[in-house]
Formats: sequence, structure tokens, C-alpha cells
Amino acid sequence: MIRCWIKSGAPWIWLNAAAVSTCLIMIIGVLGLVAVRGIGHFWPSQVTQFSYQEDDGSIKTIIAEKIDASVTPAAMAKATGFKMADNEETLVQYQLKTGNRDITGIDFRWIQERNVKQQDTPVEIIVVERREWGNFYGRLVAVKENGTAIASGEKAWSVLQEKLASTLSLFKDIIRLEKKDIGTINYGLERLRLKEKKSQLDNQWDDAAKKQVAEERAGLELDYKRLQSQLSELYRNIKRDSLVVETESGAEVEISLSKVVRVYQPNAMSLFDKMGFYGSKVVEFLADDPREANTEGGIFPAIFGTIMMVIIMSIIVTPFGVIAAVYLREYAKQGFTTRLIRIAVNNLAGVPSVVYGVFGLGFFVYILGGNIDQLFFPEASPAPVFGTPGLLWASITLALLTLPVVIVSTEEGLARIPKSIREGSLALGATKLETLWLTVLPMASPAMMTGLILAVARAAGEVAPLMLVGVVKLAPTLPLDANFPFLHLDRKFMHLGFHIYDVGFQSPNVEAARPLVYATALLLVLVIVGLNLAAIVIRNNLREKYRALEG
Amino acid sequence: MSENSINKMTSVRSNSASDFFQRWRLIKDILARYCVVAGGLGVIVAIVLIFFYLLYVVFPLFLSASAESVSQYDVPEAALGKTVLLEIEEQNEVAARFTDLGQVVFFEVATGKPISTQAVAIPEGAHIVSFAQGSPINEGAVIYGLSDGSAVMVKHQYKVTYPNNVRLITPSLAYPLGEKPLQLDVEGAALEKIAVRVADDATTVVAKAVDTTHGTSKIVLTSFEKEQSIFADEASLKRTDSVLEVASEGIFEILIDKEDRNLYLVASDGQLSFFDIGDKSAPVIRQNQNVVGAGQKLTSIAFLNGDLSLMVGDSTGSVSQWGLVKDALNHPAMEKIRAIKVSDKPIVAIKGEQRRKGFMAIDADGNMGIYHSTAERELIKAHISDASPIAAVLSPRASALLLQSSDGKVHFWHIDNEHPEVSIKSLWQKVWYESYPKPDYIWQSSSASSDFEPKYSLIPLVFGTLKAAFYAMLVAMPLALMGAIYTAYFMSHKMRQAVKPTIELMGALPTVILGFLAGLWLAPLIEKYLAGLFSLMMIVPLGVILFAFLWQFFPKDLRQRIPEGWEAALLIPVILLSAWFAFIISVPLESLLFGGSLREWFRSEWGIGYDQRNALVVGIAMGFAVIPTIFTIAEDAIFSVPKHLTVGSLALGATTWQTLAKVVLLTASPGIFSAVMIGMGRAIGETMIVLMATGNTPVMDFSVFQGLRTLAANIAVEMPESEVDSTHYRVLFLAALVLFVFTFVFNTLAEVIRQRLREKYSSL
Repeated sequence: MIRCWIKSGAPWIWLNAAAVSTCLIMIIGVLGLVAVRGIGHFWPSQVTQFSYQEDDGSIKTIIAEKIDASVTPAAMAKATGFKMADNEETLVQYQLKTGNRDITGIDFRWIQERNVKQQDTPVEIIVVERREWGNFYGRLVAVKENGTAIASGEKAWSVLQEKLASTLSLFKDIIRLEKKDIGTINYGLERLRLKEKKSQLDNQWDDAAKKQVAEERAGLELDYKRLQSQLSELYRNIKRDSLVVETESGAEVEISLSKVVRVYQPNAMSLFDKMGFYGSKVVEFLADDPREANTEGGIFPAIFGTIMMVIIMSIIVTPFGVIAAVYLREYAKQGFTTRLIRIAVNNLAGVPSVVYGVFGLGFFVYILGGNIDQLFFPEASPAPVFGTPGLLWASITLALLTLPVVIVSTEEGLARIPKSIREGSLALGATKLETLWLTVLPMASPAMMTGLILAVARAAGEVAPLMLVGVVKLAPTLPLDANFPFLHLDRKFMHLGFHIYDVGFQSPNVEAARPLVYATALLLVLVIVGLNLAAIVIRNNLREKYRALEG
Repeated sequence: MSENSINKMTSVRSNSASDFFQRWRLIKDILARYCVVAGGLGVIVAIVLIFFYLLYVVFPLFLSASAESVSQYDVPEAALGKTVLLEIEEQNEVAARFTDLGQVVFFEVATGKPISTQAVAIPEGAHIVSFAQGSPINEGAVIYGLSDGSAVMVKHQYKVTYPNNVRLITPSLAYPLGEKPLQLDVEGAALEKIAVRVADDATTVVAKAVDTTHGTSKIVLTSFEKEQSIFADEASLKRTDSVLEVASEGIFEILIDKEDRNLYLVASDGQLSFFDIGDKSAPVIRQNQNVVGAGQKLTSIAFLNGDLSLMVGDSTGSVSQWGLVKDALNHPAMEKIRAIKVSDKPIVAIKGEQRRKGFMAIDADGNMGIYHSTAERELIKAHISDASPIAAVLSPRASALLLQSSDGKVHFWHIDNEHPEVSIKSLWQKVWYESYPKPDYIWQSSSASSDFEPKYSLIPLVFGTLKAAFYAMLVAMPLALMGAIYTAYFMSHKMRQAVKPTIELMGALPTVILGFLAGLWLAPLIEKYLAGLFSLMMIVPLGVILFAFLWQFFPKDLRQRIPEGWEAALLIPVILLSAWFAFIISVPLESLLFGGSLREWFRSEWGIGYDQRNALVVGIAMGFAVIPTIFTIAEDAIFSVPKHLTVGSLALGATTWQTLAKVVLLTASPGIFSAVMIGMGRAIGETMIVLMATGNTPVMDFSVFQGLRTLAANIAVEMPESEVDSTHYRVLFLAALVLFVFTFVFNTLAEVIRQRLREKYSSL
């Protein structure tokens, strides 16, 4: 019976089916993993107070968030060096986020459940999210203004909220002044310097030019002085208030409110509060600049950089991809040349992306960029303008990389358009170009769209070539701003994919950064899955439409 | 107006305009045609451009170096004595000629015009008997050994100033240990041979003192150590003297290494004595060794840059490299590393480059050769002078040479030698580097120390690339191909419509996310549940087979409720259950069979170490990335096998499985092959996953538990910090070119096969 069953090939069929199921489980598992970890990151978790017996027998209080739990079977635990009693079957460990890095030196620690003597979640514990040194856990003691306590005990909490709100608005003003206003002045000064050097190079550095530059410079410097005094006033105000917190060991620590992002009492929050908190964290994540070497805060510059890059890339790649596809489908005789082109397209698709990066760095950045600098920006030398990795080169490199995607997709669309349509148009006296421009291409536009969407999805997730041609871990300025010429193609930029690599693998505190990396990964996955689904839907619609046309 | 006249009017009015318009239409059409053709061919241009640009950057690596004569002139101030040493400063503008009468003539390199002449302070009544140069890195220290047992150390130095924005180099002499001669031999015997080593805080002089009245000689060692006193501002010199216990007859040359630890005495018959002078008061002899063949004479000897090995030139015209290698007892011992044949005439001078492991050798006939030791490359061979050479020097940047010949001429040559350290051998074969016990494949492109020699063997990287690709294919191939077979041939249409986009989505996932998950989530997980992973691999297929077998015995109405071609969906819970079961039983199994930890067991029983980020993790993560590529292409190939073939086979009574194995797979096999090729190409070029999921250590180890470094990851890691147009930069481009060629071959092969297959299908 078994032999007969085996002979029928049924086990093989089932095993093949199992391969498909495994693939499905893997993909869904990965998506699920990223989703769960990424979504969970912003939820305010309970802060627990443990009474914990250390290895030396002393009992200590620990205030911390439970991050992770691990259950190790006794045998495995023994093998890795834990002392296990005979009746213990498993070793349960918790990973805690203890915060207070500036005081204790560590953010995270593992504890063993068997040594926990007592644990509860007191309502009054506050979490202080700071601009430096990560979170702080403790109990609020007092709020101080200019070094004197103005509220303590019960009242402190509400006073703190008020003070914090005003401090945060001051902070916003400071950032606006520093980044926007003073940034504009610095940019203007730099442009003046270049102008001066350029007219010197052109031998037009006469008295009129000198006078003009000096006047403009004086104007800018005057503005700068005015802003500087405003700024120092703001700084004086922002440093006024502080809060006093008691740590787990009973010590009192004073934290300046200027260093605080938010303060909350996670254990006292209702579900509704938590949802509000979650929302504000998500907004912060999407719209704010990163803090603390990218391990906290938002990822706005990375999102912005990614979008800028794919837009410029799309502008470059679409015409080229469409023209190549039109040639393959509409103009070329199917034969040796088209075969060669198809091989070339496949190779473009198959060349490792990092090779594109190498090519982009050598050819675009150093050769093209270097020559552009020599021709058009002699005044900037020795500092390179386009002769260094930047947004433009990254976009062109990725355009080259995604070219096959657009070609293949457009070609497929063109192939599906029935011949009768072209023939009809030609028979009415239209030239080939008119046929193409007025009938064929409009009909193929959804296919081009599909190709473009897939290209964008590919570019958004590509990292290796970008590391060489323009992506940096922290860009001081966005590539698009209010300073003429507004779009700065020569600037370096941040990118979601590289952000994941950089924060996950290059940051000094990987453990603390991990949740943020999951959240970034989730965002990237959502974007890419969304784009791909859109492409699939458009393609399917297109197929249906042409099937109707043919019928 | 009648209709007729309107027609007439428009046609009249538009006659000329319409002509123009028609022509314009045609011109546009033709222009568009050219544009489109250009655009289409542009794709070929792009790929060709990439290839040739990579080649263009790599090419200079393999260009041989060149040397050309610039000028030739009479020896400047020939009356001031015979030349004992020629020197060129950094900018190749000023040269110095040291004479045996204690004169130093500075002259212009290009023309030989004397700039200034300075005399070394030699005390009354003594005359110069010996001369030696410190290592070039010591900023031009030279020493004169005198007839009264004393020595004078001098430094030649060059001050660069820019009066009126023109570079001006002013040479001068200085006495770092004071103008007063150092009395090395208290008895006042003449110093017949001498050597000096100058470091920041210590100076060591070794000399052979010959007492002509008694006819005896000895080797004396004196070291001056700067002692920073706490109370005095000035540092005082602490002097240590010792006498070496060695026969001093026939000493040809004395050499002290840079670390001031090893001293070499060589005799002209090739006898080399190697001393440890770490303790200056008690030098210890370590080894006696003959470094030239029997019957030959040692004619020249010099350190290679870094002072780790000696280049020995002999009377038969060959230069051999001797380096310190740890012997079986872990003692350093001199060993012959390689030999290079220069000519048939005796080697009269060897000069090491100051920044690289290259050297210049000159034979008695005036032939000059420039070589690179580790690359074993002959870069330049030129005949410089018909008269025999007297002195020669390579400039500090190894871009020029001066040679004085016995006919009183100085020859000035330019050298263009950019990338001597790279050769086919140094890239692809085992190379014996200094301080290594044996030849090996090593990739080590940079280090903190300045006289470090970069090691550019691509073999560890290529090995890592293939290893990663191999494990990835091991994971991906069965899953993708079996999945493709099932999806194309057995799966119901409805499920296929859902499965295909899902797998495509899998391919669209950014590799940086896969790499991040592999490095930060999967790697620690596998480290913890290694045994679970292995039991998973065994138990899941078993579980599936078991379920499939039992499925026959399920109640019929239940079986019929599942439509045909939905087995895959049915199996998902089965696989999850058996995976869970595998992890559950792995724990007792592990403690039963492997004493609690499989990792520990591997280490203790088999000596297999475990890296957290290893080839296994990469295999799984990259397998994940490669599955969709293989799956999609293979599925297409199988699915588009003409239906009449399968129907025919089934009609003849074959089972579906037989039809699949004997008809469908056979017909689609070229497509499947090309799917595997393209998957392989992708695995070879994948960067982010290997970058994040391996330790990036360029080791050559087949173990699945060890890390690796691939070509692609190496480029991503090192490219941003490599200097443009340096050797390192070009070698990285070479790595990119290798990757390009790898994938080009795979992809072209796959594409050609697919094109053939398409033709075949359409003809069937």
C-alpha cells in the first residue's frame, strides 16, 4: 500500500506543496514580525517597580520597563553557566529597560525571575523623555524655577505640565531661529563669499563689486546680530525651569526642562490616554528630526530624502525606459539587435546594485561631477560642489539601476495593445510618431505607470549603491529649502533604507535603537508593499481591459 | 457661401501651409525615429559603458611602470671627494652628494648645478674611514666613522619656503647628537664599518673597530637613550656600551632594524649573524646563517621598507629576500622568502623604496631594475650607463632616480610606477607576506600603522562570495523550484492568482530589511535554538509526508470539501504544527545527545567554532531573497510548457507525476536552469544581507558556523574610505569588475537559454 502510494508520486506532490506553503509562511512571518515589532514600539508600556535580589544577595529596587522575556530550559541554562536547582525546569529571564543612562551607565539589563521578590506598578512613577541620555524613570519630587522649588507633592504634576508646555514652545522658537533664520543668513554669506571669489577669478573685482558685496554682507551681519540677541534671550528663558526626580535608589536628580521632550505617567494612563500618546509618538516619528545619534526622535529627513530621490530618479528614468521599450516593440526589427538589447536589459537588471554604486561614484561623481565643478564652479574650489556624492548622482545612479524595470513593464504593456489599433491609425494617414503619441502610448500609460511604480519601490529599498553616491547618516540640511535655488541637487541626503542599516548596525547603542529600526522598517515595508500592490492592481486591470479589446 | 467654395478656399489657403505642415510631420516622424533608435541602443551603450569604465579604472593596475632618462651631467664639485652617498629630497628638486672627505654637496637634481657645499665637522688629526646611512625614514641621518675611534652623526634637512609664491628649498646640515664626535671605541681604534639607527628617544651606533697596531678588531655597540629627568628641563643622554662576542673579520655591512631590536652583521661570503639587541648592555646572538649560495659572494644588502626583511644581492645577479619567521619553537629565525633574478652580473646596489615594499637593484654593468617584493613583479628594467655605477638613489616618492657612474656622470631618470604592489600573482595566488609564517591568501587593505603593507588577495573575498551564494542556493533552490513546480502544475487557478503576487512581493522586500532581521533577530535566535533549527529541517518534511499519507484515510466528505490544488493551503497549519513540535523536542534531544548545548558540543567534540553571524544565517536570509527570483522564472517556464504535451502524455495513461517528471520538467529544464543561473547571479551580487548578517571577516573557512566577507560587502565597506585613484581604489574597482563579469556570464547564459526556449515553445 505504502509502496503503491509512493509510486503514484503523491508524496512528491505534497512535498512540492509544502515548499509553497513554507514560502508563504516565511513571507507572512517576516511581514508579521516587522509589523508587530514596528507597531508596538510607540505604545506606552507599563513601568514596573521590582524588588530584586542581586547575585550577591543584596535586595535592590529597580524601576524599569519590561522589554523582553526569555525562557531557557534547565539543561540549556546549565550548559551556558547558570546555577540551576534540581526542581527548576526553566530559567525565566526578563530584559529590562532601566533608563537613567547618565547615572547608572547602562540602559538595559537582564534579570532572573526567580530572584524577583516583589513587583508592582505604582501610579506615580514618571517617565521623562529627554533630548540626551535617553529615558529617565523615577518619581516626581518638585518643580523648580530659577533654582527655587515652586511646587512639590501632588501639585507638582500639573505645574510641571504647564511649565513643560511653555518650555517646548520656547524650544520650537529656538529651533526655528537657529535652523531657518540663521541658516538663511549663513547661506547668504556663503553665496557672497563665492560671488566675491568668482568675480576675482573673472577679473571683475572692481570697486563697484566690492562695495556691493560689502553692503550685502553688512546687511546680513546686522540681521545675524539681531537674531543672535533674540536667541540668547530665548536660551536664558528656556533654562529657567527644571524638575526634580527621585531615582530608584532614592537619589534626587534635577533635570532642566530644556532637555525634556515629554513627561508621562504610563501606569496612570487610561486606554484613551495611551491612544493619544501613541498618536503623538507616531506624529513625532514621521515629522521630527532624529535625536541622540538617530536612535530617538523622528525620521522626517530620511523620508524626505527618499521621496526627493525617487522623484528625481523618476523624471530621469521614465523617458529613457519608455523610449527603449518603444524601440524594442515598435521600431526595431526582431532580430540580432533586439536580442542584444534584451541581453543588455537583462544584464542591467542582473548587475549587482553595488556595482552601480561603484560606477556611479567613479563615473558620475568623479568624472562628470569633477568636470562640472571645473567648468561651472571654479570659485568653490577646492571644496567640491558636484564632484562629491550627492542627491543628483544618487538619483541618476538609481535611474540606471531601475531602467530595466521600466523597460520590461512598458514593453509588456506595448505588446498587449492589439495590432489593429496601430494599423487603424496608420491607415487613416497618421505617421508612425502620431500613431505612437496619440494612440499607442496613451493606451500603454498604465503599463508605464506600473513600471514606474515598481522602479520607485525598488529605489526606495535600495541601499548598497546609495552608500557610495550620496546618502549620509545625518544630513544637516534638507535638499529642498527656502534658499535660492531651492532644490539643492548637490547636497547629501538621508534615506530610509540606509537609516535602517546605519541605526541598526552602526549606532553606538544598538539595543536602544532597535525599536526605532523596526518602526522604520515597518514604514519602508508599508511603502514598498503598497507600491507593489498598486502596480499589481494596475497591471491586472490593464490585462482585463486589453482582453476586452481583443475580444 | 456654398460648401464647395469653402473647400476650395481652405485648400487654396492651406496649400503652402499644408505643404509645410506635411513636411514638418514627416521631419518629426524621422526625428522621432532617430531618437527612439538612439534610446534603444542606449541600453546597450549603458551596459558597455559600465563595463568599460570599470575596466578603464582597473587597467592602470596592470600597466607596467616606465622610466625615462631626463638629463645627464658631470658630477658636481668632483674635486671634493668620491661619492659615498647620493640623496634626493621629497620634491625631487634638490639632491645631496656625500663625499669621503666629509663634504656634502647640495645640487639641483635636474641640472647638477651646485647649490651649496657644506663640510662636516671632523676633528683635527682624524680622518674618515667609514660611512653609513640611517634608514631613510629617519629623516636623513648619516654617520661618519673616524680613524680615532669616534663618530660624527649628521642630518641633512630641507626647509621649504614660499617667497613670492614660488617654492624654495633650502638644504642644511644638523647635528642631532651635537657637533662633538662621539667616542665609540675608548682605545681609539679606527671605525672601519659603522651603522646607525636613530629613533625619537634613542640612538644606536654599532661599529667595527680595528686596532691596526695590534691587528685586532671587535664590534662595539653604543646606545644613547634620552632620559627625561623630572627636575631638569633638558633631557640627558644615557649611554650604554657593549662589545659583541663575534668574529669580526670580513664584516661587509652592519644593519640595525627600525625597532632597534635586531642587529645583522653580514660578511662578504654571505655569513649573516643575527643578534637580539633589545637589551643594549647584553646583546644575544640568535642565529648564524649563510644567505648566498656556495661559491658566491654577497655584493649588496639593504632593508626593505619596514625593516622586517633584508634584500641580499649576490655576485650572480640575483636578489633574495630574507625575513624573520617564527620557527617551530616560536623563535624568530631568518628564512629565505623569495629570490628574484636581476641579471648575470653582480648586484652593486640595492635601494628600498621608502613608502612601499619595492626596491631598485643595480648591477655592475649599469643595468637597473625596479621590483616589488611581495608582488614578485619586475616593473622596470633599463640600462642606465655603460660605465659601472658608483652610487644610486631612489627619491622618497619613488618617482625619480639618480645614479653616478664611474665615468664621472650623474644620470637623472624619471620613474612612473603607480601600482607596483598588484600583480596577477598577488591578487589570485598565495603570497608570502613579511612576518607571516607561510604564503597565504590574505585580504587586509588598511591598518593603523604607516609602514603597513596592504594585502590584496581577492581569493578570500571570492571564496566568501561563493560560500554565501552556495548556502543561499542550498536554501533557495529546493524551496523555489519545488514551489514553482507545484504552483505551475498542480495549484488551482484561484490560489495561484493569490500566491504569485505574494511571492513577487517577497522579491520586492528591500534587502536591507532582510539583512537587518537576519543580523539582529535571526542570528541571536539561531544561536539560541541551533538544535531546534536542525530538528526543524528533519521533522517538517517528515510531518508533511506523514500528514499526506494519513490524508488518504480522512473521511471522504472532509477530503472532498478541500478542492484539488489547495494542498498548499492545507499544509500551512501542518507545517506550523510540526515546526512547533520540532522546537519542543529539540530541547530534550539537545540535553540528551549533546549535553545541553549543540553549539558547545560542536566546539568541544569537533573543534568547530561558532560565530553569531555566520554562513547559516546568511544562507537563510539570502535564500529568502533569492527564492522569488528563481520561483518566478521557473514557474513561467513550467507553466508555459505547451498544454498538448501534457495532455498527450496523460492520454497515454501516465500519471500526473509521471507526466510532470518525464515531460513537463524535461521540456522546461532549460528555463529552470536559467532560473537557477539568475538566482545565483543575484546571490553573488547581494550586498546588504551579507553586510549585515555576517561578521565581514575575510576568512577562508568552509564551516557553516563561520562568518565570511563577500566581494560586494567588501566594496560597500571599504569604497567610501578609499582614496581616489589609489591602488586600493582600483583594486576595489577590480572587485566590482569581477562581480560584473560573474553576473554578466550568468545572466547572459540564462537569457540566451531563455530566448532559445521561447523559440522552441513557439515552434512546438
